[in-house]
Amino acid sequence: MATGFDAWVLTLTTFTPIVGLALVLLIPKVEEELIKIVTLATTVLTLGFALYVLYYFDYDHTAKLQFEVKKTWIEVINSNYHIGVDGISLPMLVLSAFVTVLCVIYSWNHFPEPHNVKAFLALILLLEVGMNGTFIAQDLILFFIFFEIVLLPMYFMIGVWGGPNREYASIKFFLFTLFGSALMLLAFLAIYFKTGINTFDIPDLIAADKSRITHGVQLIIFGGMFLGFAIKVPMFPFHTWLPDAHTEAPTVGSVLLAAILLKLGTYGFIRIALPILPEAAKSWAPWIGLLAVIGIIYGALGCLAQTDMKRLIAFSSVAHMGYVMLGISSLTAFGINAAVFGMVAHGLITGMLFFIAGSVQHTFHTREMSRLGGLLTQAPKMGWILGFCSMASLGLPGLAGFWGEFPAILSVFQPADGLNVAVFRTYMVIAAIGTVLAAGYLLWMLQKVAFGTPKDEWKDHHIHDVGTAEWIAWLPMLVLILVLGVVPGLMFKTTDDAVKTIVKAFPSTQTAPVKSHEPQAEHGDDAGTEHSEGDGTDHAPAESEHSGG
Amino acid sequence: MFAALTSANPHVDFLAISPEIALIATVMVVLIADMILPERSAWQTSRIASIGVLVSLAWVAVIAFRDPIAPMFGGSYAIDDYALVLKGFFLVATYVTILLSVDYIAEGDYYQGEFYFLLLCSVLGMTVMASARDLITLFVALETISIPTYVLAGYRKHDRRSNEGAIKYYLIGAISSAVMLYGMSMIFGLTGETNLAAISAKIGTLPDSKVLALGVFLSLLGFAFKVSAVPFHWWAPDTYEGAPTPVTAFLSVASKAGGFVAMLNIVFFGFGLQPSLWWLIIWVGAALSMTLGNLSALRQTNIVRMLAYSSVAQGGFMLVPFAAFGLAQSHGDAAVARGAMRSVIVYLLVYGAMNLGAFACIIAVARRTQSGEISSFSGLFQHSPVITVMMTIFLASLAGIPPFAGWFAKFTMFQSIIEAGGGWGVTLGVVAGVNSVIAAYYYLNVVRSMWFRPAADDARPVQVTGALGASLAVCVGLVMVVGVYPSFFGDMAEAAAKVLG
Repeated sequence: MATGFDAWVLTLTTFTPIVGLALVLLIPKVEEELIKIVTLATTVLTLGFALYVLYYFDYDHTAKLQFEVKKTWIEVINSNYHIGVDGISLPMLVLSAFVTVLCVIYSWNHFPEPHNVKAFLALILLLEVGMNGTFIAQDLILFFIFFEIVLLPMYFMIGVWGGPNREYASIKFFLFTLFGSALMLLAFLAIYFKTGINTFDIPDLIAADKSRITHGVQLIIFGGMFLGFAIKVPMFPFHTWLPDAHTEAPTVGSVLLAAILLKLGTYGFIRIALPILPEAAKSWAPWIGLLAVIGIIYGALGCLAQTDMKRLIAFSSVAHMGYVMLGISSLTAFGINAAVFGMVAHGLITGMLFFIAGSVQHTFHTREMSRLGGLLTQAPKMGWILGFCSMASLGLPGLAGFWGEFPAILSVFQPADGLNVAVFRTYMVIAAIGTVLAAGYLLWMLQKVAFGTPKDEWKDHHIHDVGTAEWIAWLPMLVLILVLGVVPGLMFKTTDDAVKTIVKAFPSTQTAPVKSHEPQAEHGDDAGTEHSEGDGTDHAPAESEHSGG
Repeated sequence: MFAALTSANPHVDFLAISPEIALIATVMVVLIADMILPERSAWQTSRIASIGVLVSLAWVAVIAFRDPIAPMFGGSYAIDDYALVLKGFFLVATYVTILLSVDYIAEGDYYQGEFYFLLLCSVLGMTVMASARDLITLFVALETISIPTYVLAGYRKHDRRSNEGAIKYYLIGAISSAVMLYGMSMIFGLTGETNLAAISAKIGTLPDSKVLALGVFLSLLGFAFKVSAVPFHWWAPDTYEGAPTPVTAFLSVASKAGGFVAMLNIVFFGFGLQPSLWWLIIWVGAALSMTLGNLSALRQTNIVRMLAYSSVAQGGFMLVPFAAFGLAQSHGDAAVARGAMRSVIVYLLVYGAMNLGAFACIIAVARRTQSGEISSFSGLFQHSPVITVMMTIFLASLAGIPPFAGWFAKFTMFQSIIEAGGGWGVTLGVVAGVNSVIAAYYYLNVVRSMWFRPAADDARPVQVTGALGASLAVCVGLVMVVGVYPSFFGDMAEAAAKVLG
């Protein structure tokens, strides 16, 4: 257990936005500047706490929960206020606090109609509570509460500030997620009673002996959790809410949705579903992998059919989250490390793409790619940024996207012991084809939007290029995309031990993939070794498949 | 019962029944004050009534700190934690109802003194109900609750819908009382007891007879009417729509809770050892009430009718722990039984706070718009943001979305049924889960009107009177505090459920 300030810092990271929210509510609606400043100060302070955690985190023991606090919360149901971060939650927590600040900065002069600065920023603050809280919760009920808190603010953000079809999109988003989380809650309760130790504590449940629970019941419980998380991710075939929600949401809403909210689902898999029910995870893994690769291909094909730039990026999210889920489905340390990396990378890259889509819309009042073109001539900076992010998104080596995608594909070449290798290698081939498609649709979008000459209707318009607020909001993300791309060890080093602890729980897991990963933990910040250190036999056929596809 | 009759001078602990005495005194003062006071000061009766309720509440608090009191009147009247928690709940709910009524009744050209007189009589029945451990006491309490509400439901006497609703309510109430009484008489005939504890002791040893099954079935049927469970729910929307809105709030919260407490008493204290006779009836009733209540609510355009169907569905959620209790009793699990009772009590308390709050908002908005249509809430956010946020909180809470209290009520409900387990338990849990999603749709429908739609031409902000504001503050406070710190209600309910041993 942490003491002193360390015992408070996670609580502060989560609940500082509530204080800011209260202040914002007290300020009269017309004092817009003051409201913006208070919100920014709150989110910066929150980020400060998150950075404190990042700085003082003990990187030698990333598998251990740090800054841990456990206090009685709801005694009658044995639920505790148990919080803490390990190597997996830390990057997510920091990402969440970080992206929120950038969203507030971006909002500075990009308020969507119907304006109402006060309500908009209040919702962002409320959203941040839910997002940050989910990543620190170590109790199923606490997790559930935070997981649900994000629903209402996002619902309002889409419904009030969204596009023409906002009513439909917002309720669809809401009901899909609620449906999943209702079943997820039932699964949580079932695991509570079935393990026989009457606790909602996540570490305790992971450690608990689950042999009392028959395999069939485990499968059903896992199924409940699966629905809750898979809808949030979203995996095919539960993804249909996502393109609607993204398309209609205001820019900042889309960014937060893509960067953080989707990660709540994948994070739930890694934090809760896999370690608590490892045996069921094993039985489910081929199906998860199947849905993941279907998502990759379906998302890619969906992208190719879009005319709306934002909707295209939304479908690309389906594909990218497919890679994350594919990595998870391998049930290997290699795959799950890749998944966590993919979560962060996708958060940064797709978040950036949505920012750009928002600015394009702000400038041209349309996102129809057939009406756009020549961004590079009219607003060259924005055009180059779009190019950079597209490259990152399609997985160009040297940028962050590569390290989420490529190892995830690689990991299923040798899935965890006991999983059908032939099936997973088939998935690998399909996923590799997906990367080609990804290059296809992203370059297609880039070509439509950035290349060529401006369309006639915009010829005489003066187009604003990237402004100050945009630079402040975007630059940190762009830098991170580059830094994580060049030095992926920064992330892998943090997650590796924590991931290995999870993987250990899988029955009779082969040690090979874990072993092959060990050098990385020691000198993981060297990008060069990262690539070559994997088991040579793993790589060679993988790469040939890759190029073959 | 016979024990009570044979002792000519039963020991009566007057402190133990001081809440009831305080209420009876208030009832009389209100009636007399109404005669004495001139017409323009008739609103003063509301003040007397609310003070009386608070005094009664204070006595409940005093008793709560005393040593345990043995059941009185030959075991038919218990003053334990269970009774005290529920009495407290009824009195707070009534206090909030009075706050809701003050302006509505004063502005609406109604008889005021009589209104509060009837309200207090009904509450008196509720406080007795919380303590009733005997079929006869229970029946008398139930009638004391119901009869004044028949009159209150028809209080808008120049409105045909109000008359229609009141007559329907009255006829259904009378029939259900008769059916219930018939069932009770069979149980009495077989066991020779009216005391619930004594019935419980005997009922387990009785051979499985059709008469017993019929007796249990008929008495539960009577309660199904009282708590408006499907298929005996159809009076509720008409009655709720016709009645003055504060009365609707009272009917849907306090009076419904009265029915549920009666059911808690008879099922948990009386029929517990014969679960095979009734658990399936309640299981089906719960599943039907949730599903049909929600599906009907989806199509409503009037907010009061929508909340009427929603209260049918919420009643279904409250029946779920009863089914869990029955399932658990089949394999004799005492912990599940306690959990189930705790869950019903938590649900009642939370439901009371959020539903009264929702009605307070409706009354506040309807004072200006003079309409009960959901469309009249359009664009409320643009001119009355505070009341919009409050209404949103209540609706979100009714939908069970954290961090508002409703999530904890739903959670304990799910907990009880999953703990009972088995195929039947999990199935009902999934039905409840799917239903909570359906319910979210129509609650959010109102939210959507308030936030997403443009305002009507008349964009004057909604004015909230002092009394309404106070009731809103109480409800919002409870919904928020319990949502974040559920132990507040959880511990109370836990203490109450300890009476099961």
